[in-house]
Amino acid sequence: MSKHSWRGAVLALPIALLTLIPLLVVLASFLHPQPEIWAHLGQYVLPDVLRNTAILLFGVGFGVLLLGVPLAWLTAVCEFPGRRWLSWALMLPLAMPAYVLAFVQVGLLDFTGPVQTLLRELTGDSSWFPRIRSTGGVVLVLTLAFYPYVYLLARNAFLTQGKRALEAAQMLGYSRPAGFWKVALPMARPWLIGGLTLALMETLADFGTVSVFNFDTFTTAIYKSWFSLFNLTAASQLASLLVLFVLVLVLVEQRARGARAYHGRIVAAERIVLTGWARPAATLFCLAVLAMAFVIPLLQLLVWAYSVLATDLDARYWGFTLRSMLISLAAALVVSVLALVLVLLQRHYASRATRLTVQLATLGYAVPGTVLAVGVFVPIAWLDNLLLPYAHALGYEGFQILKGSVAVMLLALGARFMAVAFQPLESAMQRVSRNQEDAARSLGLSNRQLTWRLHLPMLRGGALTAVLMCFVDVMKEMPITLMTRPFGWETLAVRVFEMTSEGMWANAALPSLMIVLTGLLPVILLVRKAE
Amino acid sequence: MPLLIVNQIAIEFAGARRVVDGLSFALEAGEIACLLGASGCGKTTVLRSIAGFEALQAGEIHLQTQLLSVPGVQLPPQQRGIGMVFQDYALFPHLTVAQNVGFGLRSLTKPEQARRVAEMLDLVGLGELGGRYIHELSGGQQQRVALARALAPQPRLLLLDEPFSNLDVELRERLGQEVRQILKATGTTAILVTHDQREAFAMADQIGVMSEGRIRQWGTPYDLYHQPVDRFVANFIGEGVLLPARLTGPQCIEFELGELCRTAPVECGIGAELEILIRPDDIQHNDRSPLQAKVVAKAFRGAQFLYTLALPSGQQVLSLVPSHHNHALGELIGIELEVEHLIVFRK
Repeated sequence: MSKHSWRGAVLALPIALLTLIPLLVVLASFLHPQPEIWAHLGQYVLPDVLRNTAILLFGVGFGVLLLGVPLAWLTAVCEFPGRRWLSWALMLPLAMPAYVLAFVQVGLLDFTGPVQTLLRELTGDSSWFPRIRSTGGVVLVLTLAFYPYVYLLARNAFLTQGKRALEAAQMLGYSRPAGFWKVALPMARPWLIGGLTLALMETLADFGTVSVFNFDTFTTAIYKSWFSLFNLTAASQLASLLVLFVLVLVLVEQRARGARAYHGRIVAAERIVLTGWARPAATLFCLAVLAMAFVIPLLQLLVWAYSVLATDLDARYWGFTLRSMLISLAAALVVSVLALVLVLLQRHYASRATRLTVQLATLGYAVPGTVLAVGVFVPIAWLDNLLLPYAHALGYEGFQILKGSVAVMLLALGARFMAVAFQPLESAMQRVSRNQEDAARSLGLSNRQLTWRLHLPMLRGGALTAVLMCFVDVMKEMPITLMTRPFGWETLAVRVFEMTSEGMWANAALPSLMIVLTGLLPVILLVRKAE
Repeated sequence: MPLLIVNQIAIEFAGARRVVDGLSFALEAGEIACLLGASGCGKTTVLRSIAGFEALQAGEIHLQTQLLSVPGVQLPPQQRGIGMVFQDYALFPHLTVAQNVGFGLRSLTKPEQARRVAEMLDLVGLGELGGRYIHELSGGQQQRVALARALAPQPRLLLLDEPFSNLDVELRERLGQEVRQILKATGTTAILVTHDQREAFAMADQIGVMSEGRIRQWGTPYDLYHQPVDRFVANFIGEGVLLPARLTGPQCIEFELGELCRTAPVECGIGAELEILIRPDDIQHNDRSPLQAKVVAKAFRGAQFLYTLALPSGQQVLSLVPSHHNHALGELIGIELEVEHLIVFRK
């Protein structure tokens, strides 16, 4: 193995470049600051953007812990009415993209929305009602959209601890509440940090929600410099700053991931049976979160979609759907094949260098789509300029070759979702034991045969999951599609963006509903795995 | 007055069957007791009720002069002053070894805590490892940390729930002896729960054999082996075979291997059908004996062979024979009866 320690890394490098080139391009612009652009950004853009980003990170970070941790504790360790179905139903909000939740909540809770209208009819006044289009509103929506990350990981932690850790603390003289703070929470720290960093990465990457709320952050600022100001340099300068935030999160997340390795297996679930007022309170709390984050928004979507069904569901619609499906399927297949290559390389050439390269190749999950879009577009534009004279000499008449083609979109989407496909494949590969490989070898299989006759058949389930997860993620994806799509290429997500930017909630509901329904597929997978 | 009194306790789970039903025992200070039984017999439930994790439906539990549990009222676990070593150790992975051991010592000052932790680590032979994390230790070392953590607050009573079940067999017996020495050296009163009788024999002064939520017999390991009160205990403890027998005189019992005349431990009329328990050490190998049996199976045990022998009637018995007597399967060998303890049950 040691002889080949570099080989796996070299073979994985081209795939890693898919992520590395955009990242380096963006970071490089940080190294070549343009004073006049920075002066402009520093004066007009950055103060708001930095303040808003800080508010979001603290607000959403606090919010997802406040919802995710108690929900996880209740469903993993306690027993109360509805606990069984609530423990999986609380994952359902994962199917609802934050930008959908955003416009539904705005539509519901705004001055003209049904809630305030009803209040006015009943009491004659709704002026006391908190404004949804506010900083608090964005934080609330993002919290409801991203708490499942903390919930899922914290639940995992509490399931592995079980009641046992608390009992151990009790035998050493701590009451149950004291034991929770002293033992259960600190033991879960690596999971909590993991869930929190994922939620914060999504918060930094979010584009759709903050656009609905007109809440300026890095992603909207990048988008505006790109489209409204046509200033690619400013966009990359902003992107480079955003990447720095992201890298900090990545480091924290990787460390937390390492710390999780040393914890125990899932122990037999003996639960704390809640009594008295705690029983209905637990059920109510879970139901309230589920209703706010999923059930009510879904119902509202259905109502809106039904109201515009007759006028909106025309031929164009099948175009949006078809394009969404096409790009999602193409990206999912490409990404899954590349991820499969990474997984096989990692197994065949197990070494530090290979592992590091694979890690870099899957870094894109943390990088906001807006950043990747800029990072892919800049080198492609450069390449186009290089190629155009030759193409014209050959009789080509267009002004762009790669720029504005579906290929650019695929590159950016591939970088963003490599990890989504990689994870199920890798965990499938972990089920292929070294002993199974040795057994196959002792039966006379060569390395290549090993791949075809052992690895690939055993990875089939993982590959299917990978394709499905990617498909759905691309379907929901908004900023990359918006920024790199060919002119006039409209998908469901693009349609949602266009309708919401004009405040036409009902018209945005129809494509949203389709996205949410597809989004349910991987959640069902997740639920089945967790059961 | 005993240190711990468990009186007629009954425990059931959420309306289901009674897991523990009318169970009683008492434990003197400084004694090590063991609840021995197959899995599902309720032994862990008894332990958890003493710890304060399970409520009683009937009966009561006293420790020293304090009432711990009665139906409807129970002192919370953290106020009982009882230590516990869990089956999976339940060590805290986010703390070091020393922090784990010092976890229950918050009433002491920092220097006192440090001294006590060092003392406990020395006691269990882990003096050097205080700064390590749990995942850096072997299974046996983790077991000792769990013990040190439970002993550090000087509990009035220590509970051990299958403490060696995660260890391999060799380590199990060695650690069993070691733990017994530590408990004796610290004068700790302890209750151990296990399904492994060798573990129970190695550790305990008193053993309670449990089945179906009750104690069938409470006694020393010697008594359980040589004076089992019923067939269940006779079968559960040690090896042996029950042979049909008949009462032939006021004090005489006859069965296939001969007649034994001694005070018969059952009262019934002459001619009554009985069963006699013959342990492997009751049958000795003697080449000159006229009594012959055929070797049906043999298991090498190092110093001894455990032979399964067929008597002329086809009835099989077990015999422990020094291992230099190596006989082939099918061979006839001479045996003689050497019964110290006569164990007879009514049929």
